[in-house]
Amino acid sequence: MSDYAVIKGASYVLAAAPDMVLHNGTTQTTEMIVNPESEYLKELPNHLRSFDDVLAYIPNQVYIGNMTNKDLAATEFPYYDKKAEKAERYGKYGEIMPQDEFIGLMQICDVFDLVKLEAGFAQEVKAKLTAHGMLKEEQIAILDKNNDTDETIAALVNDEHSEPIYHNFKLVGAVKRAHDVDVNLSAHVMFENIVAKASSVLAMLHLIKNTGIDPAEIEYVVDCCEEACGDMNQRGGGNFAKAAAEVVGLVNATGSDVRGFCAGPAHAILDAASLVKAGTFKNVIVTAGGCTAKLGMNGKDHVKKGLPILEDCLGGFAVLLSENDGVNPVIRTDIVGRHTVGTGSSPQAVIGGLVTDSLDKAGLKLTDVDKFAPELQNPDITKPAGAGDVPEANYKMIAALGVKRGDIARTDIPSFVAERGLVGWAPTQGHIPSGVPYMGPCREDILAGDIKRAMIIGKGSLFLGRMTNLFDGVSFLVEANPGKQEAAAAVSEETIKSLIGEAMRDFAKSLIAE
Amino acid sequence: MDLENQRRVLEFTNQYGAENIVVLLGAAEGEASGLAAETVTLGDPTFAGPLAGVQLGLTVYHVCEPEIKEEIDPAVYDEQISMMEMVLDVDDICNEMNAIREQL
Repeated sequence: MSDYAVIKGASYVLAAAPDMVLHNGTTQTTEMIVNPESEYLKELPNHLRSFDDVLAYIPNQVYIGNMTNKDLAATEFPYYDKKAEKAERYGKYGEIMPQDEFIGLMQICDVFDLVKLEAGFAQEVKAKLTAHGMLKEEQIAILDKNNDTDETIAALVNDEHSEPIYHNFKLVGAVKRAHDVDVNLSAHVMFENIVAKASSVLAMLHLIKNTGIDPAEIEYVVDCCEEACGDMNQRGGGNFAKAAAEVVGLVNATGSDVRGFCAGPAHAILDAASLVKAGTFKNVIVTAGGCTAKLGMNGKDHVKKGLPILEDCLGGFAVLLSENDGVNPVIRTDIVGRHTVGTGSSPQAVIGGLVTDSLDKAGLKLTDVDKFAPELQNPDITKPAGAGDVPEANYKMIAALGVKRGDIARTDIPSFVAERGLVGWAPTQGHIPSGVPYMGPCREDILAGDIKRAMIIGKGSLFLGRMTNLFDGVSFLVEANPGKQEAAAAVSEETIKSLIGEAMRDFAKSLIAE
Repeated sequence: MDLENQRRVLEFTNQYGAENIVVLLGAAEGEASGLAAETVTLGDPTFAGPLAGVQLGLTVYHVCEPEIKEEIDPAVYDEQISMMEMVLDVDDICNEMNAIREQL
């Protein structure tokens, strides 16, 4: 067992982005095209939350690690009208970055001089990012290059096809297009991609801090966001992973991008864990940044029901997988669930392929898994939009299949869901909720001895890309580390037995020969 | 109901006639089922898609409703649907569906 990859640490970050909800979320940009005078667009700004309210939102505090899933489970639903007692910017996993600082970080992450900021705004942000303390002096100095005025920024937007950057409803900058014809290098695409890169950078900076690892020891980075970077000759050419690694200073790393819609992160973790187990690399980071398009995705329902816009943050995460240290939880890359081409689309077949088939092969029962982490969408966001409680629906399906298999009694479904499920806390940023938000807390739960085994499940809606009608998903088990000594003892015992066996055979042979 | 599906429902109805179409839903809860049923009978309540203001009056059921369950081979139903039947609030779905059908 000694060569499984271990979870060395995880980071989770959010960036408040209220103005990006208005100008970059596709629900809003679509509405601006089809119904520019709509009541929704007029009403929307009144439903945006202040940064303090974003900090006080309990699911956000769970995401960055100041509160636990148990705290959220103990909170009366809905969550949007409750306030966290500890409404802090920084948590043990990461932070919630204010929008203006994130805009500054976007410029620091842009190496093609596409992000332009109004000079005064840039100086305000510079002071804040200096206080933030995680960026190098020369990186922060990039903000000094801005000499644009309100007028020159407005001209970039009005005359040069640039994508505007707003803060507090005011135009403070622009992202220029990177080519005058190529749609894949348009200002809109560059804006989305720089946002994804910057939020991944922020997550990796926190991961390096949280784990204390020397950045030079990272050998490979896998990015699993849902954006594509490239030009008209290779729309998804890549490589977000290496681009972000450069900003973070991972000088000995290369990397690549893995895609699979919302299942991308689970695929990426499997890839990374396999690279480590194979001995190809010792330290691999899996990371993803956030997605502007999904900001305010369910805004129409939230506004209609009098709720604040709850999808007002970009999400990001990073997980460090390393060679077995005998301490941290291992990723069982040999107990892997898959939705295959032949699995079929009925929920029974899906849950079977994703959850129970791999357990059966390993001789484990559903009840041998202490926690299941499928899609961890925050129900505060999805329920008012008519999408129900996504994680709860997954747990009920897993439990119902357990009933059909005879693992549990039908009357045990509610207790199975309560004990082995998790209340969702992840922002609905597509790939972000997909099992991975639990990897950090899971590591701690296992190290503390609270649980022994968890299953991380990623699911993805491939049909959205119109290349296949199929859906997809993969799962893997995370287990307590049996420890180096135990593993070493088991190996040596086996070796001794085989040596004795060999000696006996040789002895017998020599007797026969005599 | 998403706009693409509304367009397809409209096209099939134009091609085969409303009396020859049955819409079978698999939505996970009552409200979503009711909205989809409303869309293909009374018209798109969100006024966003091709069925906005179009009353097709199609026959529509959820796959977990008894009328449909009776039509399906029990072995197939057990393999394909029974697990979800255990999970879904079937009574709520039936109530929503009946409420829409009563308006026709």
